[in-house]
Amino acid sequence: MAAMTPTAREAAPKPGTDDADTAPPAARRRTRRRPRVWRGVVLGLGGAYFLIPLIASFVFTVHTPGQGISFEAYTALLAADGFTESLLLSLGLAAATIVLALLLAVPALVAVRLGAPRLRPVVEVMCMLPLVVPPIALVTGISTVLRWGPDHLSRTPLYQTFLAVQNESFPFVLVLAYTVMALPFVYRSLDAGLRAVDVPTLVEAARNCGAGWPYVLFRVILPNLRSSLAGAAFLTLALVLGEFTIASLLGFRPFAVWIVSISGAHARMSVAVSLLSLVITWLLLLALSRAGTAPTSTPGSARSPRISRTSPKES
Amino acid sequence: MPSASSTPTEGTVPAEGTVPVKGTAGGTRRRRRGAPRTWLAALPLIAFTGLCFGLPLGALLYGAVTRTDPGTGATALTGEHLSRSLQGPYLGSLVGSVQLSALTALIASVLGVLIAQAVVTSRSQALRNAVLTASGVLANFGGVPLAFAFIATVGISGVVTQLADLGSLGWNLYSFTGLAVVYLYFLIPLMVLVILPALDGLRPQWREAAQNAGAGGWQYWRHVGIPVLAPSLLGGFVLLFGSAFAAHATAAALVGGSVPLVTLKIADALSGNVLVGQENVALALGLDMILIAGLVMAVYLPLQRRSARWLR
Repeated sequence: MAAMTPTAREAAPKPGTDDADTAPPAARRRTRRRPRVWRGVVLGLGGAYFLIPLIASFVFTVHTPGQGISFEAYTALLAADGFTESLLLSLGLAAATIVLALLLAVPALVAVRLGAPRLRPVVEVMCMLPLVVPPIALVTGISTVLRWGPDHLSRTPLYQTFLAVQNESFPFVLVLAYTVMALPFVYRSLDAGLRAVDVPTLVEAARNCGAGWPYVLFRVILPNLRSSLAGAAFLTLALVLGEFTIASLLGFRPFAVWIVSISGAHARMSVAVSLLSLVITWLLLLALSRAGTAPTSTPGSARSPRISRTSPKES
Repeated sequence: MPSASSTPTEGTVPAEGTVPVKGTAGGTRRRRRGAPRTWLAALPLIAFTGLCFGLPLGALLYGAVTRTDPGTGATALTGEHLSRSLQGPYLGSLVGSVQLSALTALIASVLGVLIAQAVVTSRSQALRNAVLTASGVLANFGGVPLAFAFIATVGISGVVTQLADLGSLGWNLYSFTGLAVVYLYFLIPLMVLVILPALDGLRPQWREAAQNAGAGGWQYWRHVGIPVLAPSLLGGFVLLFGSAFAAHATAAALVGGSVPLVTLKIADALSGNVLVGQENVALALGLDMILIAGLVMAVYLPLQRRSARWLR
């Protein structure tokens, strides 16, 4: 994306000034004025639809009709039983899922672009298939497989793996399931990023300059993918923090499951936690997006697209 | 002799001479070796999906078409679970899920494109960042928290329900319409996330070329914009359909059993029932869901390849 915008903007004024002097300015003025109206309407309505439930939920948590305003739903939260444990568990699961998903997807996608184009449909289908399988269908399959452990494998060393994977304090089976669910989003994000940069040319240019493979990967390819890596991490994080179906049906208790478990007794507090989980996700994403986008403005990433643009012409 | 003369030249020209020679010589050799190595980089992903995705899927498929006799332990092939999953209330829940998903995905696609286009044309980096982060969060603000937020807003005693007196207007959150309104809350941001890169891919030059050729705004969209975007649009629609189709927690927290949805039926069969064979009906229903979503996907994948031709 960062590579595209300068080209587009540099090239945009040229045809207008070169070809016709009278027609384009008039046309441009017309198109520029008209979108402003519908843009305002669209963004205004969208903003209202997305903000009203949040504001109303907040009002719901602090205002009791006839009793006035109280922040008790929030102050009682930190002391609530299981709050910190479930939150930490969810964050740990999210971190592990992000690491695993990126470690699996980045090498595969780069390799497919570089040297194994015939594998491309295979990798695409493998990454997109989890989209076809709803979490609830996946969890029926997983619980069937997990039942094989005690049923058939109790005398083999594999049984220990089954037990370890279902460890109550850090259920790794959830990381595996979440990685499967996150793969389509990670794939889409990385694929879009890879589409914006000409990876084979970049790699060739770097290799011709004498760069080794680790250098190519970490200093040439990954910086160009920074924003899509961050995007993939966002989606995965939000997915894991909000996931309920698999965890609850497998009997674990991360954040989303904990919220449901208190909703019956404390309706106000459950809404408060829902809002808070949104705010927490938001803050994490902001922190992550800053980490993801800030170095993009450094000259390192600006230099690499220029290589990709000039080298095909020269060769 | 030639070998003797060539070695000194390589040795005497240190930096500028050796590096290209070494680079080209090593390059061809490494590229030949690089082919299997790049293939290997995709192997962990393939192994992982095979183990963590293929195995549960296989178990699901196996369970859906077989029946194990609890007495003898013998396993026999049967279509009984599948046929039962396509009858009566189970069929109703499948139809209900498809209707709800298709409707919400269609509405969300249109609205998501409008919002994304508004963001792209505004050229405001701050707006863009805000919308992207908000979409990233809201697209996954599904599940239970979303249901609670809407109960607090437009539920029976919700804040907006009280303020605007929605109850007398016939509004009911715990219905098909209510569920659709809630689903849009995470589907629209998802569409924005999906379609924004594609809209970025529409080059301003194309628009200017169309304008120079005398095309109006509508003609530009009809003949250039929408055809180029079509595969991405359909891809986005499929993604939304899949998300809505698979959504379970929101519906479970919101409507309980009043709207027939296949995910609710599966969860019921999985957790509540201990009847013999019930669990396998859940597996069969899961298989039905996968088949329906797979059918849509089969339409989507060839289209996705077409979009790559233009939006590179």
